[in-house]
Amino acid sequence: MQKQAIFQSKLLPYALVAPQLAIVLIFFYWPALQAVIQSFLLQDAFGLSTSFVWFDNYLELFSERAYFEAILRTFFFSFAIAVSSLSFALLLAVMADKPLRGSMLYRTLLIWPYAVAPPVVGVLWIFMLHPSLGVLSRYLRALGIDWNPLLDGDQAAALIILAAAWKQISYNFLFFLAGLQSIPRSVLEAAAIDGARPMRRFWTVTFPLLSPTIFFLLVVNIVYAFFDTFGIIDTMTRGGPGKSTETLVYKVYSDGLLGGNLGSSAAQSVILMIMVIVLTGIQFRFVERKVTY
Amino acid sequence: MANVTLRKVRKTYPGGFEAIKGVDVDVGDGQFCVLVGPSGCGKSTLLRMVAGLETVTGGEIDIGGRIVNQIEPADRDIAMVFQNYALYPHMSVYNNMAYGLRNRGMAEAEIKTRVEEAARVLELSAMLERKPRQLSGGQRQRVAMGRAIVRQPKVFLFDEPLSNLDAKLRIAMRVEIRKLQRRLNTTSIYVTHDQLEAMTLADILVVMNGGEVEQVGNPLDIYEKPATTFVASFIGAPPMNLMSTRPEEIRSQLAGSAAVDAGILGIRPEDFVITDETPAGGVALPLTVEAIERVGAETFVYGSRQQEDQRVAATPGELPPGEVIVRIPGTEAPAIGAKIRVAAVRAKLHLFSGDGRQRIEA
Repeated sequence: MQKQAIFQSKLLPYALVAPQLAIVLIFFYWPALQAVIQSFLLQDAFGLSTSFVWFDNYLELFSERAYFEAILRTFFFSFAIAVSSLSFALLLAVMADKPLRGSMLYRTLLIWPYAVAPPVVGVLWIFMLHPSLGVLSRYLRALGIDWNPLLDGDQAAALIILAAAWKQISYNFLFFLAGLQSIPRSVLEAAAIDGARPMRRFWTVTFPLLSPTIFFLLVVNIVYAFFDTFGIIDTMTRGGPGKSTETLVYKVYSDGLLGGNLGSSAAQSVILMIMVIVLTGIQFRFVERKVTY
Repeated sequence: MANVTLRKVRKTYPGGFEAIKGVDVDVGDGQFCVLVGPSGCGKSTLLRMVAGLETVTGGEIDIGGRIVNQIEPADRDIAMVFQNYALYPHMSVYNNMAYGLRNRGMAEAEIKTRVEEAARVLELSAMLERKPRQLSGGQRQRVAMGRAIVRQPKVFLFDEPLSNLDAKLRIAMRVEIRKLQRRLNTTSIYVTHDQLEAMTLADILVVMNGGEVEQVGNPLDIYEKPATTFVASFIGAPPMNLMSTRPEEIRSQLAGSAAVDAGILGIRPEDFVITDETPAGGVALPLTVEAIERVGAETFVYGSRQQEDQRVAATPGELPPGEVIVRIPGTEAPAIGAKIRVAAVRAKLHLFSGDGRQRIEA
């Protein structure tokens, strides 16, 4: 089959991609360029004068202890969200893979949370776990746990991780289910005849054969935890208490829009941009080319 | 070393579909049993039931004197070669073969000895570190065989292991499998839809159709005395010519024998000779030559009978009514459109009841 389309006119192909290019240029490259420019500028507190300061914003950022804490926190959140949502999704997918009655129904139900917007997820979990309003908080206190995520930073972090991981389970579940279904049944049957019990079969055959899916999802989940958790954090904790749930993305927002330090905020977003590029690069390099076993 | 005995084995799916309708087969120790039949006849299902991959809904499966109906595949002491080989794609050839031994807690030194021995026999020694995707179809097939033999199981099960190979390799591997089985002397059950494979491999041939056993026996006995018209047309290529005995043309020639009351007459293509004589008690047919196939050592003559045959073709693989195939040695053949006369002697006639379900000895 011919892969290249042949056009009579040289202009037509450009005209066809123009709308797409315009969108990308206006909504991505232009703001990105603005951010890069902004990150080299310093404004006074009243916004009356702006001076070009080269890398001062970056240097200041890296000398700031709070920034390193935010980096560590973000990495920890990403790791915790990715691991918990991946492992739980895998567990659900393995159970849903069995040909049982009503499988279509529960597969559909398991996919639903993916359709819920992140801020709504935040609100839902707050309703359940708010110290004074939360339905579940009463039971937690009845169990003797001093539950107050509005004051306790660790509890707030746990709450964010829980909500963010919950939201991502559906997505991971879908990919895991598809991955499981693409493993030839005869290979698992061969392993059964070869004397492998179900658990051993899972760890020595199913899991390695799922490794391309796992790697792909790991990258996707880290990107998600880095960037898409903003809505959840904003509705649930606003980065607090203290700064205990302030991730890099939330810090960009709070330093820039709330703190008014546009130069530092822009520098932070440029750093984040570089991180996305690196993550996407990893994904293209390894996932697109297929991680083979 | 073990016998495999199937007693009234049944398989009914939850939907009510009966895939296996009561099968009795007895495979002696060290014998090579081939299950053959058209697709959908239940032969693979039956094999998978012996392996423990399908539940048994009726009857008993006995491996080496132990009823295994409720026993897990891992504990049946069997090894299986799958149609698509089912190699572990993420493991090297060595690990593919060692996997089943490791699962059973064998010492690494012993595993190494066994895998290397199997690799030597199967000419895989140079490929032990490769992954399945780096192997050709024939090599993958040999790895699947190796995985079965290193385990030294009581029974080998083969599920159409050669059907993914090209014709030449298929014949070579067929011989290899037979030699290997003879040397290891391990009881084997082999499923195929290829009657030639079935004939050449089997000590015991089980011809299946529609979830039932049509005939069990030595391949040549089955060839010489097919029990039903299904077996008659399924075993042997080209298939046996089957015709109704009702038309006067045939009825008159069979007169004076018990056979005249039978419904269906069968004659193998190679039992015909082109001749103007009619052997005593035999059958002669006038034919018009429709097509000729020369394959070198022999020639197939496709002829149509002048008189119409009212018999309706009942089983798959049968020739259309009125068509007759004659096999003659060499390459000399009558011209297309020629009128010829073919005849078969009495001893080569096969007679069946009108429904084709029963053989009648003349």
